[in-house]
Order: sequence, then structure tokens, then C-alpha cells
Amino acid sequence: MAERFDVLVIGAGPAGLAAATAAATHGARVALVDAQSRAGGQVWRHDVAHAAPRTARRAMELPRTVYWLAQSTVVAAQQRELLLETPGGTRQVQGDALVLATGARELLLPFPGWTLPGVTGAGGLQALAKQGWPLAGKRVLVAGSGPLLLAAAATLRRHGARISGIHEQATATEVHAFARQLWRWPARALQAAGLRRQLAGIPWQCGSVVRAAHGDEQLRAVEVDGPQGIRRIDCDLLAIGYGLVPDTGLAELLGCALDRRTRHPCVQVDALLRTSLDGVFAAGEACGIGGLAVARIEGRMAGHLAVGAQAKARALQPSRDRARRFGQLLEHHFALQPRVHQLANADTIICRCEDVRLGALEAFTDARDAKLATRCGMGACQGRICGSALAELGRFPRSSLRPPLFPARLATLAGTALPPSCNDDRGIS
Amino acid sequence: MTVRIVLDGQPLEVPAGISVAAAIAHAGLVFRRSVGGMPRAPLCGMGVCFECRVRIDGIGQLRACMSTVADGMRVDTDG
Repeated sequence: MAERFDVLVIGAGPAGLAAATAAATHGARVALVDAQSRAGGQVWRHDVAHAAPRTARRAMELPRTVYWLAQSTVVAAQQRELLLETPGGTRQVQGDALVLATGARELLLPFPGWTLPGVTGAGGLQALAKQGWPLAGKRVLVAGSGPLLLAAAATLRRHGARISGIHEQATATEVHAFARQLWRWPARALQAAGLRRQLAGIPWQCGSVVRAAHGDEQLRAVEVDGPQGIRRIDCDLLAIGYGLVPDTGLAELLGCALDRRTRHPCVQVDALLRTSLDGVFAAGEACGIGGLAVARIEGRMAGHLAVGAQAKARALQPSRDRARRFGQLLEHHFALQPRVHQLANADTIICRCEDVRLGALEAFTDARDAKLATRCGMGACQGRICGSALAELGRFPRSSLRPPLFPARLATLAGTALPPSCNDDRGIS
Repeated sequence: MTVRIVLDGQPLEVPAGISVAAAIAHAGLVFRRSVGGMPRAPLCGMGVCFECRVRIDGIGQLRACMSTVADGMRVDTDG
């Protein structure tokens, strides 16, 4: 039997925390579900060595009436009922209303050498640093695109890394045009100034792209193509990320309509954050990359809407629209240069789970055909990495997800209507 | 505060509260081999890519970045 809640919030990042808190102020019985052991999502991820910022600490003080379901991975969903896998077994929960606050993933793009140990995402190494990954004295090169690179570099430096440089693919012209508009978002301008202070002495190179990573068993050096031409730079770690893509997995599984007008789909919502399914709302990055401010405002809106408090949500619309415009500005000025899409060659691994190279995909125009013939996207990550990469490269859109949403224990799947398949002791779809 | 784990049969003392992925990194960058035999290590750091998967206390295919070290934990990589 599923446990029933008035509101089920999935994802305990800034949007989910705000949604759970807002719904609870109306006296609703709320459950907040997250795969991690601590709340905060990625942006407020728990840091084993440093205290969280005050804003994050406050946002994580949940009302006592919110039921916190940590380390709970959604593996299957139907209607408004979820099957959760936890370290202690499974759990079924259902909500009169659902708020999807599933956030975003980092966009990781293929280039020669990107599978070498020592090459991570930019947000990826930031997350690992916060988990206690040893960085003291390590030479780290940060690259990719967007303001996340600065935030990541600041975290890495705080953990003792020696940052040799930040390489931004966007041109200096674009970055300056972006910076000139920052005054319209004073909180963001202040944040940027703070980051520049923390990164004093570290070169921030625009129009600079990592072309290749070199090493045998692990990373030794990278090849950078920038305004000064092609240079080889020795380093221990490369933190490289090209921005964020909405995490729509759960929305897809539930059957919510997605907005597919861009390369990376987002959950389709109306002005009151309603998805195409009755009683299912979505907030924050899942509805399109907008940043922390958007997530917090939309989370609050969704929490109010989930209990039918429309007036409170409507009052937040103007500030939400304003915050969303900042996301559009970012998207415009940090748009990826065509050369970033051309870094992978025929010999470059695209599907890291199944070691499928780009050359093997040449004959295909559809993700499903490619998967059947080459196993591309068939491994443990279920096409999350290669699917987004191929969509970004303009090859073909990601194929749709099938349950289980994440590889699950067979015991979790036993007794459910899902067709389990077997790989080792965990089922892999 | 530290905890003692057993990594690929070798005792390893690491700070308490860190992830299994971070603990393995304290010993080196050896996590797993790909289906084609190439060395691999964590990429995404947040439970998406599965490059950090290891066997923990006999249970396979667990993401090291999503697991926290505990005293006496046995971690096996196939790297």
C-alpha cells in the first residue's frame, strides 16, 4: 500500500525545498523526496569541509510537518504514485499533488581524451570536492562555458586546488556584452563581484576551448585552443562542463508533455507551473535553465499551487518572470560556438558505458536505430551522458526513457508491474 | 575523525563523512575498466554517469559518489 500525502515534492534542491516549505505553511501533509542523503540539491550540496552559506542553511530548515525521505531514488512512477528505492528496501508513496523539482544535469561533451581518469565535469569536480575528493596541491584546469565555471573554480580553490586557468568558450565580446547587462540584476552582479574576488590572480580566458586531453592511464595534459593559438598545458585534473540541461526523466516517465523546441527538452508548464497532467506541477531548472533565483521563486509558487493557493502564487509571477529573463540572457551570451560541436572525431568515444565511437554512429539518424545496432545509450547511465551529447551535437534527439528510471535492485522490481531485465545483480533497462 | 575501510583488499584510513568516490581518490584514480578495457573514473560527481560504480559490501553496481564511507566497509573496484 502506498503512503498518501497531500503534496509529494521530488527533488530537495532550492526549488523543492521552497515548494515543500510553501505547501507546509498551508497545513498540508508534505513529503520531500531526494536521492541524496542530505537536502540542498547540487547548488547547495553539503560540503564536508566548509559550512553552507546562510541562505542555504535557512532554506534547509524545513517545517516539522514536512516528511523528509532521503536516499530515495524514484525508479518507477504511475499516475501520482512513485516507487522509491532506499537503502532499507522499497517504499511506495502517492500524492494528491506532485511537484517535480528534479533540477538539471551538467552538459558533458565529447572530445579526444575525455574518458581519461582525471577528466570530470566542472560542476562534477565541484560536487566531488564537497564530498571530500582530495584536491590540495592538485593542478586543475577549469574549462567549458558559463558562470558555473567561476563558481566551480572558487569551490576548488577553497579546497586547496591550484587553478591554472579558467577557459571559457564564449568570445570576450559576448562575455563583455553579458557583463554590461548585469547591473539590472543587482544580486547577480554582487555574486559575480564576489566570485571575481575569490578568483583573484587566476586567468579567465575567453574564446578558449579544450581540444584534447592527453595521458595514458590518467590525465597528464590538455591541449587548449585560444586567442594565443594552440597550447599544451600540464595538469592533474580537468574540470570541464558546457552548462546545464534540464532533468526531465521523471516527468517523461509520468507522461508529462515536454517542450522540445530546443535541443534539450524541458518540462512544459503554463504560467501557473501546471504540467500537462492534472495535479502535477514543475518548478525550477526542469522547466528550463534559469538559475538559483528562478528555482527558489518557482518552488514557492508550486508549493502554493499544489494546495490550491493560487493568489499567493500569482503574486510571485512578476519576480519569477524577471528572474527567468536572466536565464535567457545567459543562454544568449554563452551559446556554444560551432567549434565546440566539432571536437569529437570518428575515433572519439561517445557512449562511455558501451565504448561506442562517433564513427560507428555515422549511418544512423535516429537514437533508437543507433542503440539497437551499436548499443549506444544502452548502458548503466541509460543514455543520460551520450544522449544529451548527441542532441547537443545535432546528431539526434535522446530516445525516450523506459522504467526503471535508474538501475534498480531486482528485489525492488519484484512485485511491480515492470518488466525487469537482468544485469549482474541489478536490473538495467 | 577517520574511518577504516577495505579497498580492493587493502586497509585504508580516510576522513569520516566523505563519499566512497572521494575515499578511492585518496588511494589513487583507479575505479573501473570500461567494456573495452579502458581505465575510467568519476565524471559527473552527482550520480548520473555511473562511471564510479563499484561493489560495496558485496553489492555490485553502486555509485561511489552517492555512497558515504562507513567503518569496516569493503569496497571493490574492477580497475
